[in-house]
Amino acid sequence: MDPAHFEQMALPLFDQLYNLAHWLAGNRTDAEDLVQETYAKALKGFRSFEAGTNLRAWMCRILRNTFLTSRAGLAARKTSWLEDEDPEGGEALAAHADTPERLLLEQESQQQVMDALASLAAGDREILLLCEVEELSYREMAQVLDVPVGTVMSRLSRARARLRAALGRSNHGV
Amino acid sequence: MACELNPATLAAYLDGELTSAEAATLEQHVRGCAWCAGEVAELMHVRRSLRVARGRYTPDPAWKKRVLQEIGAGARTTTRAGARWFDRTRLEWSPAAIAAAVVLVLLAAVWIQQRSTVRNETFREVADLHVSDVASANPVDVVSSDRHTVKPWFAGRVPFSFNVPELAGTEFTLIGGRVVYLEQEPGAQLLVAVGPHRISVLIFRASPELERALPSESGVQRRDAFQMTAWRSGDLRFFVVSDAEAGEVGKLAELLRQANP
Repeated sequence: MDPAHFEQMALPLFDQLYNLAHWLAGNRTDAEDLVQETYAKALKGFRSFEAGTNLRAWMCRILRNTFLTSRAGLAARKTSWLEDEDPEGGEALAAHADTPERLLLEQESQQQVMDALASLAAGDREILLLCEVEELSYREMAQVLDVPVGTVMSRLSRARARLRAALGRSNHGV
Repeated sequence: MACELNPATLAAYLDGELTSAEAATLEQHVRGCAWCAGEVAELMHVRRSLRVARGRYTPDPAWKKRVLQEIGAGARTTTRAGARWFDRTRLEWSPAAIAAAVVLVLLAAVWIQQRSTVRNETFREVADLHVSDVASANPVDVVSSDRHTVKPWFAGRVPFSFNVPELAGTEFTLIGGRVVYLEQEPGAQLLVAVGPHRISVLIFRASPELERALPSESGVQRRDAFQMTAWRSGDLRFFVVSDAEAGEVGKLAELLRQANP
């Protein structure tokens, strides 16, 4: 697309991309660098953005790739980012200890959810953010993460199961 | 006992990623399977709880202001660089210029072709909004058949206002509404029932992106498996999409036009 439209289209996403950057990078300084670099790259490559596709997904992809090659990203990658896929029973969800009604009524405090999300492995946190915060479709997530849609589904499923486990612990002290 | 259904399928259902046929099959299964019903409830709970992660971190205002200025300056420089290149290039009626003209005509043909592709994709997005809503376990965020409840709910959630027609006494029943996004713009979606069918009314603020992406005015047309009609009224763009009969879609569209002259 014409770079003349860049400001008008990309600036409204600023706060949202900052939120994602801060979640990924884990601190303000790295998040600010990440957002700045993402916008610079996006402007440079804006001609390759196809009108009619999701700009948010396109910018998330740039942001993620920028993060992965950054100092903070390389560190995260070494520890917990790229885990082996686990096709065995790894994604089986925890057995429900409570009735659905009770679980629905239960309201975790915001802080507990934040802590649980922050405690997850970077890859789990990332896919949950793309799905629930950025509200990308499976196809868009597959493009951002550069993996097949099937992998998106299994990663998402596992990440949700782990978040549930993390929330379960914080709730019941299990 | 644990159900053998892949948990990812349940998640895909809640994420609005199943086709309406797949969703219907799954709903039938969930109605008879306590395990899966429990899973759906828990997954919904997890999804809902994560909403607090939205907007958790906000940029420092001073830093944001500075960066936005830098981006603005960068964007203008990039655009001007293109303009300067154009000034320098003097077109002379040489064989090269003729060849260039031929290429331009070909590019124009490709562009027109792409434009129609963009329209098709945007239409699919509108249709997807409808399908994902119908397939969703909680299709609307405001549940009410009363237009006086639904209309105020959207105030402050979408950057425009519109009128919901009185549907009492017609074959239509208002189910509720939710906020949706198209081309990064927030819009209102009303879900209306007619017999066994659902009709989605999508309302967005008119913008150049939308005008490019969708035909501005159309009668009820059949696109893929849907009946669809679109029009513009003042600053508002309306799309009505459904698997209901064309006549019913047209009639609801007429009620909406009367309410939003």
